[in-house]
Amino acid sequence: MAYTKSQDPSSRPAGLDVAVTVPDSIANVERVQSVRTPIRIEYTYTPGKALSTYLRGMKEKKILAERCPQTGQVFVPPRGVSPVAGIPTEGPVELPDTGYVESFNITRVPIASRPELEPPYCSAWILLDGASVGFMGLVINIEPESVKLGTRVRAVWKPDDELEMSATNVLGWEPTGEPDVDIPDIETIGQKGELE
Amino acid sequence: MRDSGLRDIAIVSFAQRQEAAIRDESEVEFMVPLMAQAKADVGLTQQDMGFTCSGSSDFLAGQAFSFVATIDGTGPVPPISESHVEQDGAWALYEAWVKLQCGDIDTAFVYSYGRSSPGSLRDVLATQMDPYYVAPLWPDAFAIEGIAARILLESGKVSERQLAEIASRSRENAASNPNAVRRTPKSVDEILAEAYLADPLRPSDIPASADGGCAMVLAAGDRARELCDRPVWIRGIDHRIDAHTLGVRDLTTAMSARIAAEKAGVGNDKIDFAELHAPFTTSEAVLIEALGLGDDVVINPSGGALAAHTMMAAGHIRFGEAFERIARGDGDRAVVHATAGPVLQQNMVAVLEGD
Repeated sequence: MAYTKSQDPSSRPAGLDVAVTVPDSIANVERVQSVRTPIRIEYTYTPGKALSTYLRGMKEKKILAERCPQTGQVFVPPRGVSPVAGIPTEGPVELPDTGYVESFNITRVPIASRPELEPPYCSAWILLDGASVGFMGLVINIEPESVKLGTRVRAVWKPDDELEMSATNVLGWEPTGEPDVDIPDIETIGQKGELE
Repeated sequence: MRDSGLRDIAIVSFAQRQEAAIRDESEVEFMVPLMAQAKADVGLTQQDMGFTCSGSSDFLAGQAFSFVATIDGTGPVPPISESHVEQDGAWALYEAWVKLQCGDIDTAFVYSYGRSSPGSLRDVLATQMDPYYVAPLWPDAFAIEGIAARILLESGKVSERQLAEIASRSRENAASNPNAVRRTPKSVDEILAEAYLADPLRPSDIPASADGGCAMVLAAGDRARELCDRPVWIRGIDHRIDAHTLGVRDLTTAMSARIAAEKAGVGNDKIDFAELHAPFTTSEAVLIEALGLGDDVVINPSGGALAAHTMMAAGHIRFGEAFERIARGDGDRAVVHATAGPVLQQNMVAVLEGD
Protein backbone atom coordinates (compact mmCIF):
# COMPACT_ATOMS: atom_id res chain seq x y z
CA MET A 1 0.00 0.00 0.00
CA ALA A 2 1.36 3.41 -0.95
CA TYR A 3 1.63 6.05 1.76
CA THR A 4 -0.13 9.33 1.33
CA LYS A 5 1.84 12.26 2.75
CA SER A 6 -0.07 12.26 6.05
CA GLN A 7 0.64 8.56 6.54
CA ASP A 8 4.29 8.71 5.64
CA PRO A 9 6.09 8.02 8.93
CA SER A 10 9.09 10.09 7.81
CA SER A 11 7.07 13.25 7.11
CA ARG A 12 6.98 16.08 9.62
CA PRO A 13 3.91 16.16 11.88
CA ALA A 14 1.43 18.74 10.57
CA GLY A 15 1.66 20.64 13.85
CA LEU A 16 5.27 21.57 13.15
CA ASP A 17 4.33 23.34 9.90
CA VAL A 18 2.23 25.90 11.78
CA ALA A 19 3.91 29.27 12.28
CA VAL A 20 4.67 29.91 15.97
CA THR A 21 3.54 33.26 17.31
CA VAL A 22 4.44 34.73 20.69
CA PRO A 23 2.59 37.38 22.71
CA ASP A 24 3.58 40.98 21.91
CA SER A 25 4.93 41.46 25.45
CA ILE A 26 7.80 39.05 24.77
CA ALA A 27 7.99 39.47 21.01
CA ASN A 28 11.41 41.12 21.14
CA VAL A 29 12.91 38.86 23.78
CA GLU A 30 15.67 36.61 22.58
CA ARG A 31 14.40 33.07 21.96
CA VAL A 32 15.67 30.41 24.36
CA GLN A 33 17.51 27.91 22.21
CA SER A 34 18.82 25.69 24.96
CA VAL A 35 19.29 25.53 28.72
CA ARG A 36 22.20 24.27 30.73
CA THR A 37 21.37 22.87 34.15
CA PRO A 38 24.59 21.71 35.78
CA ILE A 39 24.19 19.14 38.52
CA ARG A 40 26.67 18.69 41.33
CA ILE A 41 26.03 16.54 44.38
CA GLU A 42 28.70 15.87 46.99
CA TYR A 43 29.00 12.60 48.86
CA THR A 44 31.08 11.41 51.78
CA TYR A 45 32.06 8.08 50.30
CA THR A 46 32.78 5.15 52.59
CA PRO A 47 34.15 2.18 50.70
CA GLY A 48 33.26 -0.60 53.15
CA LYS A 49 35.38 -2.86 55.33
CA ALA A 50 37.30 -4.84 52.72
CA LEU A 51 38.14 -1.88 50.48
CA SER A 52 39.09 0.24 53.50
CA THR A 53 41.66 -2.39 54.49
CA TYR A 54 42.89 -2.47 50.88
CA LEU A 55 43.27 1.33 50.74
CA ARG A 56 45.06 1.45 54.12
CA GLY A 57 47.42 -1.23 52.78
CA MET A 58 48.13 0.92 49.75
CA LYS A 59 49.68 3.56 52.03
CA GLU A 60 52.15 0.89 53.21
CA LYS A 61 52.81 -0.28 49.61
CA LYS A 62 50.97 -3.51 50.42
CA ILE A 63 48.35 -5.16 48.19
CA LEU A 64 45.74 -6.66 50.52
CA ALA A 65 43.27 -9.05 48.89
CA GLU A 66 40.58 -11.30 50.36
CA ARG A 67 39.87 -15.02 49.92
CA CYS A 68 36.59 -16.88 49.39
CA PRO A 69 36.35 -19.44 52.20
CA GLN A 70 34.34 -21.78 49.97
CA THR A 71 36.27 -21.78 46.69
CA GLY A 72 39.67 -20.50 47.84
CA GLN A 73 39.65 -17.83 45.13
CA VAL A 74 41.56 -14.63 45.91
CA PHE A 75 39.92 -11.35 44.88
CA VAL A 76 41.74 -8.05 44.41
CA PRO A 77 40.72 -5.30 44.93
CA PRO A 78 38.53 -6.98 47.56
CA ARG A 79 34.83 -6.07 47.71
CA GLY A 80 34.10 -8.05 50.87
CA VAL A 81 32.06 -10.70 49.11
CA SER A 82 32.78 -13.66 46.88
CA PRO A 83 30.98 -13.01 43.61
CA VAL A 84 31.04 -16.75 42.94
CA ALA A 85 29.71 -18.10 46.23
CA GLY A 86 27.77 -15.04 47.42
CA ILE A 87 29.32 -15.18 50.90
CA PRO A 88 31.64 -12.82 52.81
CA THR A 89 35.32 -13.17 51.95
CA GLU A 90 38.11 -13.50 54.52
CA GLY A 91 41.28 -11.52 54.75
CA PRO A 92 43.47 -9.75 54.40
CA VAL A 93 45.60 -11.86 52.08
CA GLU A 94 48.80 -10.01 51.18
CA LEU A 95 49.82 -10.39 47.55
CA PRO A 96 53.20 -9.57 45.98
CA ASP A 97 53.32 -6.55 43.68
CA THR A 98 54.21 -8.76 40.72
CA GLY A 99 52.14 -10.49 38.07
CA TYR A 100 51.67 -10.67 34.32
CA VAL A 101 49.72 -9.14 31.47
CA GLU A 102 46.70 -11.29 30.67
CA SER A 103 45.32 -8.96 28.04
CA PHE A 104 46.09 -5.45 26.83
CA ASN A 105 45.13 -2.63 24.54
CA ILE A 106 47.10 0.24 23.02
CA THR A 107 45.33 3.61 22.97
CA ARG A 108 46.34 6.09 20.27
CA VAL A 109 43.82 8.90 20.84
CA PRO A 110 43.96 11.31 23.80
CA ILE A 111 41.20 11.43 26.44
CA ALA A 112 40.15 14.97 27.41
CA SER A 113 39.68 14.07 31.08
CA ARG A 114 43.10 12.39 31.37
CA PRO A 115 45.59 14.90 29.92
CA GLU A 116 48.46 13.19 31.75
CA LEU A 117 48.02 10.08 29.56
CA GLU A 118 50.08 10.72 26.45
CA PRO A 119 49.23 8.42 23.53
CA PRO A 120 50.21 5.86 22.62
CA TYR A 121 49.93 4.06 25.95
CA CYS A 122 49.17 0.52 27.01
CA SER A 123 46.41 -0.37 29.46
CA ALA A 124 46.36 -3.97 30.51
CA TRP A 125 44.46 -6.58 32.45
CA ILE A 126 47.01 -7.60 35.05
CA LEU A 127 46.84 -10.84 36.99
CA LEU A 128 48.82 -10.57 40.22
CA ASP A 129 50.71 -13.62 41.47
CA GLY A 130 48.32 -15.42 43.80
CA ALA A 131 45.18 -13.62 42.60
CA SER A 132 42.20 -15.26 40.93
CA VAL A 133 41.03 -12.18 39.06
CA GLY A 134 42.86 -9.45 37.21
CA PHE A 135 42.40 -5.70 37.24
CA MET A 136 43.21 -2.75 34.99
CA GLY A 137 46.57 -1.02 35.07
CA LEU A 138 48.97 0.88 32.80
CA VAL A 139 52.07 -0.88 31.48
CA ILE A 140 54.90 1.66 31.61
CA ASN A 141 58.63 1.95 31.00
CA ILE A 142 58.27 -0.10 27.79
CA GLU A 143 57.27 0.72 24.20
CA PRO A 144 53.57 -0.22 23.99
CA GLU A 145 54.27 -2.24 20.83
CA SER A 146 56.62 -4.46 22.82
CA VAL A 147 53.97 -5.56 25.37
CA LYS A 148 52.88 -9.18 24.91
CA LEU A 149 50.31 -11.50 26.44
CA GLY A 150 52.21 -13.00 29.35
CA THR A 151 54.69 -10.14 29.92
CA ARG A 152 55.82 -10.26 33.57
CA VAL A 153 55.34 -6.93 35.39
CA ARG A 154 56.00 -5.30 38.76
CA ALA A 155 54.30 -2.29 40.38
CA VAL A 156 55.95 1.12 40.09
CA TRP A 157 55.04 2.95 43.30
CA LYS A 158 54.93 6.66 44.01
CA PRO A 159 57.81 7.98 46.16
CA ASP A 160 57.31 6.98 49.83
CA ASP A 161 56.61 10.55 50.96
CA GLU A 162 53.75 10.84 48.45
CA LEU A 163 51.91 7.62 49.41
CA GLU A 164 48.22 8.01 50.22
CA MET A 165 45.36 5.65 51.04
CA SER A 166 44.71 5.33 47.34
CA ALA A 167 45.13 2.91 44.46
CA THR A 168 46.77 5.79 42.56
CA ASN A 169 49.92 4.97 44.58
CA VAL A 170 50.68 2.48 41.80
CA LEU A 171 51.80 4.67 38.91
CA GLY A 172 51.86 1.72 36.56
CA TRP A 173 53.37 -1.70 35.93
CA GLU A 174 56.82 -2.15 34.37
CA PRO A 175 58.36 -5.28 32.85
CA THR A 176 60.48 -7.35 35.23
CA GLY A 177 62.57 -8.82 32.41
CA GLU A 178 61.61 -12.37 33.44
CA PRO A 179 60.56 -14.82 30.71
CA ASP A 180 56.96 -14.38 29.51
CA VAL A 181 54.25 -16.51 31.12
CA ASP A 182 53.05 -19.10 28.63
CA ILE A 183 49.38 -18.64 27.76
CA PRO A 184 48.68 -21.76 25.68
CA ASP A 185 45.00 -21.05 25.11
CA ILE A 186 43.74 -17.47 24.90
CA GLU A 187 40.23 -18.78 25.55
CA THR A 188 41.25 -19.23 29.21
CA ILE A 189 42.16 -15.56 29.70
CA GLY A 190 40.06 -14.01 32.45
CA GLN A 191 38.80 -17.41 33.56
CA LYS A 192 41.46 -18.32 36.08
CA GLY A 193 38.93 -17.97 38.87
CA GLU A 194 36.57 -20.47 37.25
CA LEU A 195 39.32 -22.95 36.45
CA GLU A 196 40.48 -23.30 40.05
CA MET B 1 -7.69 -13.29 42.29
CA ARG B 2 -8.21 -17.03 41.94
CA ASP B 3 -11.06 -16.47 39.49
CA SER B 4 -9.03 -14.08 37.39
CA GLY B 5 -6.83 -16.72 35.79
CA LEU B 6 -3.81 -15.38 37.64
CA ARG B 7 -1.46 -17.65 39.60
CA ASP B 8 -1.45 -17.52 43.40
CA ILE B 9 1.81 -15.91 44.44
CA ALA B 10 3.01 -15.51 48.01
CA ILE B 11 5.75 -13.96 50.08
CA VAL B 12 7.47 -16.81 51.93
CA SER B 13 10.43 -15.16 53.66
CA PHE B 14 11.79 -11.74 54.56
CA ALA B 15 14.84 -10.18 56.19
CA GLN B 16 15.58 -6.50 56.81
CA ARG B 17 18.03 -4.13 58.47
CA GLN B 18 17.55 -0.39 59.01
CA GLU B 19 19.79 1.97 60.98
CA ALA B 20 20.16 5.73 61.14
CA ALA B 21 23.48 5.40 59.28
CA ILE B 22 25.58 2.44 58.16
CA ARG B 23 29.07 3.82 57.71
CA ASP B 24 31.52 0.92 58.04
CA GLU B 25 30.02 -1.52 55.54
CA SER B 26 29.50 -1.12 51.81
CA GLU B 27 26.08 -1.85 50.33
CA VAL B 28 27.01 -5.38 49.31
CA GLU B 29 28.68 -6.04 52.67
CA PHE B 30 25.52 -5.22 54.62
CA MET B 31 23.20 -6.90 52.11
CA VAL B 32 24.94 -10.29 52.01
CA PRO B 33 23.71 -11.44 55.45
CA LEU B 34 20.14 -10.34 54.61
CA MET B 35 20.20 -12.14 51.26
CA ALA B 36 21.55 -15.28 52.95
CA GLN B 37 18.96 -15.15 55.71
CA ALA B 38 15.95 -14.73 53.39
CA LYS B 39 17.07 -17.72 51.34
CA ALA B 40 18.08 -19.89 54.31
CA ASP B 41 14.73 -19.31 56.06
CA VAL B 42 13.04 -21.32 53.30
CA GLY B 43 15.97 -23.68 52.64
CA LEU B 44 16.76 -22.31 49.18
CA THR B 45 19.98 -21.27 47.46
CA GLN B 46 20.47 -18.75 44.68
CA GLN B 47 20.46 -21.53 42.12
CA ASP B 48 16.91 -22.44 43.23
CA MET B 49 15.63 -18.98 42.26
CA GLY B 50 13.80 -18.73 38.95
CA PHE B 51 14.36 -14.98 38.81
CA THR B 52 16.11 -12.27 40.83
CA CYS B 53 15.19 -8.59 40.83
CA SER B 54 16.57 -5.67 42.85
CA GLY B 55 15.82 -2.00 43.50
CA SER B 56 18.35 0.74 44.34
CA SER B 57 19.53 4.12 43.11
CA ASP B 58 22.84 5.33 41.70
CA PHE B 59 21.91 8.85 42.87
CA LEU B 60 22.10 7.68 46.49
CA ALA B 61 25.31 5.72 46.02
CA GLY B 62 26.90 8.48 43.93
CA GLN B 63 28.16 5.82 41.54
CA ALA B 64 27.08 4.73 38.08
CA PHE B 65 25.89 1.10 37.85
CA SER B 66 26.32 0.74 41.61
CA PHE B 67 23.81 -2.11 41.69
CA VAL B 68 26.23 -4.35 39.76
CA ALA B 69 28.54 -4.60 42.79
CA THR B 70 25.61 -5.75 44.93
CA ILE B 71 24.64 -8.59 42.58
CA ASP B 72 27.90 -10.25 43.73
CA GLY B 73 26.15 -10.83 47.04
CA THR B 74 23.60 -13.18 45.46
CA GLY B 75 26.32 -15.59 44.33
CA PRO B 76 25.47 -15.25 40.62
CA VAL B 77 27.67 -18.13 39.37
CA PRO B 78 26.64 -20.03 37.28
CA PRO B 79 24.88 -17.04 35.65
CA ILE B 80 21.43 -16.16 36.98
CA SER B 81 18.33 -14.62 35.41
CA GLU B 82 18.40 -11.12 36.88
CA SER B 83 16.97 -7.62 36.57
CA HIS B 84 17.22 -4.27 38.38
CA VAL B 85 14.90 -1.30 38.73
CA GLU B 86 16.05 2.22 39.61
CA GLN B 87 13.03 2.27 41.89
CA ASP B 88 11.93 1.26 45.35
CA GLY B 89 12.15 -2.52 45.80
CA ALA B 90 8.34 -2.71 45.72
CA TRP B 91 8.66 -2.22 41.96
CA ALA B 92 11.28 -4.98 41.82
CA LEU B 93 8.74 -7.17 43.63
CA TYR B 94 6.15 -6.19 40.99
CA GLU B 95 8.49 -7.20 38.17
CA ALA B 96 9.12 -10.54 39.90
CA TRP B 97 5.34 -10.98 40.36
CA VAL B 98 4.79 -10.42 36.62
CA LYS B 99 7.58 -12.86 35.82
CA LEU B 100 6.00 -15.47 38.13
CA GLN B 101 2.63 -14.87 36.45
CA CYS B 102 4.20 -15.86 33.13
CA GLY B 103 4.25 -19.35 34.58
CA ASP B 104 7.70 -20.66 33.68
CA ILE B 105 9.20 -20.17 37.15
CA ASP B 106 7.95 -20.88 40.68
CA THR B 107 10.36 -18.88 42.85
CA ALA B 108 11.83 -15.39 42.78
CA PHE B 109 14.30 -13.47 44.92
CA VAL B 110 13.77 -9.74 45.47
CA TYR B 111 16.03 -7.34 47.36
CA SER B 112 16.44 -3.60 47.70
CA TYR B 113 18.64 -1.21 49.62
CA GLY B 114 19.65 2.38 50.00
CA ARG B 115 22.22 4.38 51.89
CA SER B 116 21.24 8.05 52.12
CA SER B 117 23.84 9.04 54.71
CA PRO B 118 26.77 9.63 52.28
CA GLY B 119 24.96 12.52 50.58
CA SER B 120 22.32 15.14 51.29
CA LEU B 121 19.03 13.37 50.58
CA ARG B 122 17.16 16.66 50.42
CA ASP B 123 19.39 17.68 47.51
CA VAL B 124 19.60 14.26 45.88
CA LEU B 125 15.79 14.14 45.69
CA ALA B 126 15.75 17.44 43.78
CA THR B 127 17.20 15.54 40.82
CA GLN B 128 13.96 13.58 40.42
CA MET B 129 12.05 16.78 39.56
CA ASP B 130 11.32 18.08 36.06
CA PRO B 131 14.84 18.68 34.67
CA TYR B 132 14.09 21.93 32.78
CA TYR B 133 12.01 24.15 35.03
CA VAL B 134 12.17 22.69 38.54
CA ALA B 135 15.35 20.67 39.17
CA PRO B 136 17.68 23.59 38.25
CA LEU B 137 16.15 25.50 41.17
CA TRP B 138 17.32 22.69 43.51
CA PRO B 139 14.05 22.61 45.42
CA ASP B 140 14.61 21.12 48.86
CA ALA B 141 12.61 17.88 49.10
CA PHE B 142 11.19 18.88 52.50
CA ALA B 143 10.18 22.30 51.18
CA ILE B 144 8.26 20.69 48.30
CA GLU B 145 6.38 18.55 50.83
CA GLY B 146 5.88 21.64 52.98
CA ILE B 147 4.16 23.47 50.11
CA ALA B 148 1.90 20.45 49.53
CA ALA B 149 1.22 20.27 53.29
CA ARG B 150 0.18 23.93 53.33
CA ILE B 151 -2.28 23.28 50.48
CA LEU B 152 -3.64 20.25 52.34
CA LEU B 153 -4.13 22.19 55.59
CA GLU B 154 -5.83 25.08 53.79
CA SER B 155 -8.20 22.65 52.08
CA GLY B 156 -9.54 21.87 55.55
CA LYS B 157 -9.18 18.10 54.98
CA VAL B 158 -6.77 17.77 57.89
CA SER B 159 -5.51 19.87 60.80
CA GLU B 160 -2.04 20.29 62.28
CA ARG B 161 -3.27 18.45 65.37
CA GLN B 162 -4.34 15.48 63.22
CA LEU B 163 -0.89 15.41 61.63
CA ALA B 164 0.65 15.44 65.11
CA GLU B 165 -1.60 12.53 66.07
CA ILE B 166 -0.24 10.54 63.10
CA ALA B 167 3.34 11.39 64.16
CA SER B 168 2.65 10.43 67.78
CA ARG B 169 1.09 7.08 66.81
CA SER B 170 4.05 6.29 64.52
CA ARG B 171 6.47 6.83 67.42
CA GLU B 172 4.34 4.71 69.74
CA ASN B 173 4.11 1.81 67.26
CA ALA B 174 7.80 2.04 66.38
CA ALA B 175 8.81 1.62 70.03
CA SER B 176 8.37 -2.16 69.67
CA ASN B 177 10.01 -2.37 66.21
CA PRO B 178 13.75 -3.06 66.50
CA ASN B 179 14.27 -1.92 62.89
CA ALA B 180 12.72 1.50 63.45
CA VAL B 181 15.02 4.49 63.90
CA ARG B 182 12.68 7.00 65.57
CA ARG B 183 11.30 5.08 68.53
CA THR B 184 11.01 7.66 71.32
CA PRO B 185 7.37 8.26 72.27
CA LYS B 186 6.14 11.86 72.08
CA SER B 187 2.69 13.22 72.89
CA VAL B 188 0.57 15.20 70.43
CA ASP B 189 1.11 18.38 72.45
CA GLU B 190 4.87 17.84 72.58
CA ILE B 191 4.91 17.43 68.80
CA LEU B 192 2.78 20.55 68.29
CA ALA B 193 5.36 22.42 70.42
CA GLU B 194 8.18 21.53 67.98
CA ALA B 195 9.47 24.39 65.82
CA TYR B 196 8.64 24.15 62.11
CA LEU B 197 11.31 22.59 59.92
CA ALA B 198 9.56 23.12 56.57
CA ASP B 199 6.53 25.19 57.53
CA PRO B 200 3.96 23.74 58.25
CA LEU B 201 5.90 20.49 58.74
CA ARG B 202 7.64 19.86 62.06
CA PRO B 203 10.53 17.44 62.60
CA SER B 204 8.09 14.72 63.70
CA ASP B 205 6.13 15.13 60.43
CA ILE B 206 9.27 14.31 58.45
CA PRO B 207 10.70 10.80 57.97
CA ALA B 208 13.55 9.50 60.10
CA SER B 209 16.22 8.87 57.46
CA ALA B 210 17.72 5.40 57.51
CA ASP B 211 20.32 3.30 55.71
CA GLY B 212 19.62 -0.36 55.09
CA GLY B 213 17.78 -2.83 52.95
CA CYS B 214 15.73 -5.98 52.77
CA ALA B 215 15.54 -9.32 51.00
CA MET B 216 12.52 -11.47 50.22
CA VAL B 217 11.57 -14.74 48.55
CA LEU B 218 8.38 -15.08 46.50
CA ALA B 219 6.89 -18.41 45.45
CA ALA B 220 3.88 -19.56 43.44
CA GLY B 221 1.09 -21.97 44.40
CA ASP B 222 2.06 -25.31 45.93
CA ARG B 223 5.74 -24.36 45.94
CA ALA B 224 4.88 -21.59 48.42
CA ARG B 225 3.01 -24.06 50.65
CA GLU B 226 6.02 -26.41 50.61
CA LEU B 227 8.38 -23.63 51.63
CA CYS B 228 6.62 -22.17 54.68
CA ASP B 229 3.80 -22.81 57.13
CA ARG B 230 1.80 -19.73 56.34
CA PRO B 231 2.52 -18.17 52.95
CA VAL B 232 1.22 -14.64 52.64
CA TRP B 233 -0.60 -14.38 49.33
CA ILE B 234 -0.54 -11.31 47.12
CA ARG B 235 -4.28 -11.23 46.28
CA GLY B 236 -4.17 -8.02 44.29
CA ILE B 237 -1.47 -5.60 43.17
CA ASP B 238 -1.52 -2.52 40.96
CA HIS B 239 0.54 0.60 40.44
CA ARG B 240 -0.34 3.95 38.87
CA ILE B 241 1.44 7.23 38.23
CA ASP B 242 0.21 10.79 38.67
CA ALA B 243 1.50 13.67 36.54
CA HIS B 244 5.13 14.62 37.14
CA THR B 245 4.45 18.36 37.19
CA LEU B 246 3.25 19.30 40.66
CA GLY B 247 1.32 22.31 39.33
CA VAL B 248 -1.15 20.19 37.35
CA ARG B 249 -2.05 17.88 40.27
CA ASP B 250 -4.51 18.23 43.12
CA LEU B 251 -1.98 17.73 45.92
CA THR B 252 -4.72 17.21 48.53
CA THR B 253 -5.45 13.76 47.11
CA ALA B 254 -3.64 10.93 45.31
CA MET B 255 -5.65 9.89 42.29
CA SER B 256 -3.11 7.25 41.27
CA ALA B 257 -3.28 5.65 44.73
CA ARG B 258 -7.07 5.65 44.60
CA ILE B 259 -7.13 3.85 41.22
CA ALA B 260 -4.44 1.37 42.30
CA ALA B 261 -6.46 0.56 45.44
CA GLU B 262 -9.58 -0.10 43.37
CA LYS B 263 -7.69 -2.33 40.94
CA ALA B 264 -5.97 -4.23 43.78
CA GLY B 265 -9.35 -4.96 45.39
CA VAL B 266 -8.84 -3.10 48.68
CA GLY B 267 -12.59 -2.64 49.20
CA ASN B 268 -13.54 -6.26 48.52
CA ASP B 269 -13.28 -7.46 52.12
CA LYS B 270 -12.42 -6.39 55.65
CA ILE B 271 -8.90 -5.03 56.14
CA ASP B 272 -7.14 -5.76 59.46
CA PHE B 273 -4.19 -3.42 59.06
CA ALA B 274 -2.34 -1.31 56.52
CA GLU B 275 1.38 -0.76 55.99
CA LEU B 276 1.55 2.52 54.08
CA HIS B 277 4.74 3.95 52.62
CA ALA B 278 3.91 7.41 53.92
CA PRO B 279 7.17 9.31 54.43
CA PHE B 280 5.37 12.40 55.77
CA THR B 281 2.40 12.66 58.12
CA THR B 282 0.61 14.48 55.30
CA SER B 283 1.22 11.51 52.97
CA GLU B 284 -0.48 9.23 55.50
CA ALA B 285 -3.51 11.52 55.83
CA VAL B 286 -3.91 11.68 52.03
CA LEU B 287 -3.46 7.93 51.61
CA ILE B 288 -5.99 6.91 54.27
CA GLU B 289 -8.61 8.87 52.36
CA ALA B 290 -7.48 7.78 48.87
CA LEU B 291 -7.40 4.10 49.84
CA GLY B 292 -10.74 4.35 51.63
CA LEU B 293 -9.41 2.91 54.91
CA GLY B 294 -11.90 3.04 57.77
CA ASP B 295 -11.37 3.73 61.47
CA ASP B 296 -11.23 -0.01 62.19
CA VAL B 297 -8.03 -0.46 60.16
CA VAL B 298 -4.79 -0.40 62.18
CA ILE B 299 -2.44 1.96 60.33
CA ASN B 300 1.30 1.27 60.19
CA PRO B 301 1.69 -1.06 63.19
CA SER B 302 5.45 -1.08 62.45
CA GLY B 303 5.67 2.68 62.85
CA GLY B 304 5.82 3.03 59.07
CA ALA B 305 8.21 4.97 56.89
CA LEU B 306 8.02 7.96 59.26
CA ALA B 307 9.90 5.92 61.85
CA ALA B 308 12.54 4.61 59.44
CA HIS B 309 12.81 5.76 55.84
CA THR B 310 15.33 3.73 53.89
CA MET B 311 15.16 5.21 50.41
CA MET B 312 14.61 2.56 47.71
CA ALA B 313 13.56 -0.08 50.29
CA ALA B 314 10.90 1.66 52.43
CA GLY B 315 8.03 0.57 50.16
CA HIS B 316 9.40 -2.95 49.83
CA ILE B 317 9.80 -3.16 53.61
CA ARG B 318 6.04 -2.41 53.97
CA PHE B 319 5.42 -5.74 52.15
CA GLY B 320 7.86 -7.44 54.51
CA GLU B 321 6.35 -5.95 57.66
CA ALA B 322 2.87 -7.05 56.56
CA PHE B 323 4.19 -10.51 55.66
CA GLU B 324 5.74 -11.01 59.11
CA ARG B 325 2.62 -9.82 60.91
CA ILE B 326 0.26 -12.09 58.94
CA ALA B 327 2.70 -15.03 59.03
CA ARG B 328 2.70 -14.97 62.84
CA GLY B 329 -1.09 -14.61 62.97
CA ASP B 330 -1.43 -10.90 63.88
CA GLY B 331 -4.04 -10.31 61.19
CA ASP B 332 -5.32 -12.06 58.09
CA ARG B 333 -5.78 -9.36 55.47
CA ALA B 334 -3.62 -6.29 54.96
CA VAL B 335 -3.23 -3.40 52.58
CA VAL B 336 0.32 -2.59 51.54
CA HIS B 337 1.33 0.60 49.78
CA ALA B 338 4.56 1.88 48.24
CA THR B 339 5.31 5.27 46.76
CA ALA B 340 7.93 7.03 44.66
CA GLY B 341 8.48 10.53 43.35
CA PRO B 342 7.59 13.87 44.95
CA VAL B 343 4.37 14.18 46.99
CA LEU B 344 3.00 10.66 46.37
CA GLN B 345 3.43 10.86 42.59
CA GLN B 346 3.71 7.11 41.96
CA ASN B 347 1.73 4.63 44.02
CA MET B 348 1.53 0.88 44.31
CA VAL B 349 -1.19 -0.83 46.32
CA ALA B 350 -1.43 -4.53 47.15
CA VAL B 351 -3.71 -6.71 49.24
CA LEU B 352 -1.99 -9.47 51.23
CA GLU B 353 -3.80 -12.42 52.84
CA GLY B 354 -2.92 -15.39 54.98
CA ASP B 355 -4.60 -18.74 54.28
